[in-house]
Amino acid sequence: MTSETRDGTPIQGSHIKETSSSFGITPEQYMLPAAQQIRMLDPEGKLIPEAAQGTSPGHEYPIPEDDALLAAYEALVVGRRVNDQNYALVRQGRLAVYPSSHGQEACQVGAALALGTGDWMFPTYRDTVATITRGVDPLEVMVSFRGDWHCGYDPLQYKIAALSTPLTTQLLHAVGVAHAAKLRGEDTVVLAMCGDGATSEGDFHEALNFAAVFEVPVVFFVQNNGYAISVPLSAQTAAPSLAHKAIGYGMAGEQVDGNDMVAVLATLRRAVDLARKNSMPLLLEAITYRMQAHTNADDDSRYRESAEVEQWKQRDPLLRMRTFLTERGVLDAEAETRISGKAEDVAAALRLAMTTEPEMNPLEIFDHVYAAPTAQLREQRAKLADELERSQEG
Amino acid sequence: MANTTTATTTAPAVTTKPTTFAAALNTAMSDAMEGDRSVCVFGEDVGTLGGVFRITDGLTQRFGADRCFDTPLAESGIAGMATGMAINGMRPVIEMQFDAFAYPALEQIFSHIAKTANRSRGRVRLPLVIRIPYGGGVGGVEHHCDSSEAYYAHTPGLKIYTPATVSDAYLMLREAIDSPDPVIFFEPKKLYWTKEAVDLSALRTQYEDAAQDESAPSAGVGAEGRAVVVREGTDVSLISYGPSVSTALKAAEAAAEDGISAEVLDLRSIVPFDDAALEATVTKTGRAVVIAEAQGFVSVAAEIVARIQERSFHSLSSPVKRVTGFDIPYPSPKLEEHHLPSVDRILDALDELQWED
Repeated sequence: MTSETRDGTPIQGSHIKETSSSFGITPEQYMLPAAQQIRMLDPEGKLIPEAAQGTSPGHEYPIPEDDALLAAYEALVVGRRVNDQNYALVRQGRLAVYPSSHGQEACQVGAALALGTGDWMFPTYRDTVATITRGVDPLEVMVSFRGDWHCGYDPLQYKIAALSTPLTTQLLHAVGVAHAAKLRGEDTVVLAMCGDGATSEGDFHEALNFAAVFEVPVVFFVQNNGYAISVPLSAQTAAPSLAHKAIGYGMAGEQVDGNDMVAVLATLRRAVDLARKNSMPLLLEAITYRMQAHTNADDDSRYRESAEVEQWKQRDPLLRMRTFLTERGVLDAEAETRISGKAEDVAAALRLAMTTEPEMNPLEIFDHVYAAPTAQLREQRAKLADELERSQEG
Repeated sequence: MANTTTATTTAPAVTTKPTTFAAALNTAMSDAMEGDRSVCVFGEDVGTLGGVFRITDGLTQRFGADRCFDTPLAESGIAGMATGMAINGMRPVIEMQFDAFAYPALEQIFSHIAKTANRSRGRVRLPLVIRIPYGGGVGGVEHHCDSSEAYYAHTPGLKIYTPATVSDAYLMLREAIDSPDPVIFFEPKKLYWTKEAVDLSALRTQYEDAAQDESAPSAGVGAEGRAVVVREGTDVSLISYGPSVSTALKAAEAAAEDGISAEVLDLRSIVPFDDAALEATVTKTGRAVVIAEAQGFVSVAAEIVARIQERSFHSLSSPVKRVTGFDIPYPSPKLEEHHLPSVDRILDALDELQWED
């Protein structure tokens, strides 16, 4: 369709398509996020009247069905428990490092639950809860943080890329996975995750641009937790919001309350649905907060006030969801007992697994570099094997 | 075992018209695309235009814009998208327009393309090819003439191929596309328009027959790397690769007039590295000069000298010499002749070798 500017002159070289107008009202406006972030629960967990949810024509998000909400709550509780367990394991010296998910669980649970089994997820190093919610055993995720190997699960089995340590490089891989699927006529959607600081990286720009140009179904999901380690968002960008960045790529953007499990799941589901139906990318920014330090090696008191952390405690995603589901009659004492029991079981299994030191084969470091080791790697492997043998004899 | 036959020895007698290096590369991609739907080609200007060097000419017309296409102008984007496509079952062949234009892609190449197989314990392999026109000698301006192979060769997980002949351009690119490992494919741009009497359809048959028969030796460099002796000699070994092989051959001819019998070894692949062939030639001649365009400091040439010293010291009758580019940023077009290894400079190096016992 032909696009026009507000004064009616055609936009040169515009490729705005009718199908892309799903997030907004008119082609000029469709790419902009709604006037306020999408929020369905207030900080106490009460359902906000529909008129005040931030939705407007073109920005409607139906509340997910009760079963899906209860499943999300269960994943929140398990995720929080695994996160607590991991924190304890760091203090005991069983994990070398752990980037905490505490406070961001609603975003991560939503990410995992919005996807179908044939879809792909590209997480960051902080997305342990998303990864376990999609079905990876917590131990397999912790393999990398324990220091056994760089990735402990099979990315192809779960359709979850290895947790990415470099920032936003994985967003381009997400675009490539979606592009390959599109060329084969498959309707795979790819969820590409990153944080607020990462939006300053060049690959963020390249990934959004490539996805838009090639019209591939990638949902870019930014967890804006306010800080890139210590640097606040105000030092990262002068944009009105990260969701507004979408317009520059010819893509729709939306902002959601990332500590509102209902709103996160509703917006992510719709984004995944739109991406799949229209083969197009979307950008969703979730406003959330990292309640703990960046990792165990970080001291967050050097860059943020404890009063700020306290303020965010009042918006805890898990407690809000518990209140909402209890008042809605979806969560009763029996379900609560079952869910907390399950969380304890998962944590206990992880704890037990962590008490056993894995059998490591140092020679494996040569085995996967190439499909077949080169002559030089075989020589080096033999040298290490000889060293190991001698150290055992000695 | 060093294999001292050339890759084309088994090809039938050639009766066809001269073929350019560029046409051999183009046919290699076209044949690979014909045989495997997962092979796709993309990069900057590779579609409608056929690439600034026309190496991808006609591929879009023949295979459609889904299989050979232009991308936005962003090298990290190209390499990163190729990574994802390879994760999801494709065999991307991407073009970096020039050597120095590949640098924005280095994070993708070093942190992901080289490491994904290892990171995933071999579960995720990335069968992709990054074609890079490289080297000087064409009067190119700054950023168009770098010899950047050492950066990549220093990164475990990448294979580094660089053909020096028209037949190798075909065979090695076919093999790179079929490789389960990521391959950085360095194309000496000064060779693009060189011609050899090569029958590409015979090479196609040779390659595809060898690829089907697992017991047959690879027509390309194989899993181990296979350097070839392109000129036999007894007094000194000239070790080279890519754009410098032809210079080494000319120097060997000139040296013959002075009564020096120089053997010329074309490495063909830097990774995998053929130590056996290197040892064989140095053991035979007892002297070696390593020739490469790249600046010599911390270079592939430096690595070759180190390997000769470690493995063949007792066969040497002379210290090993290097003839490389100087340790300077690549000079401007009017000055590049002073920088590049030349026949005279190689002959000077031969003079400086120890010739008496």
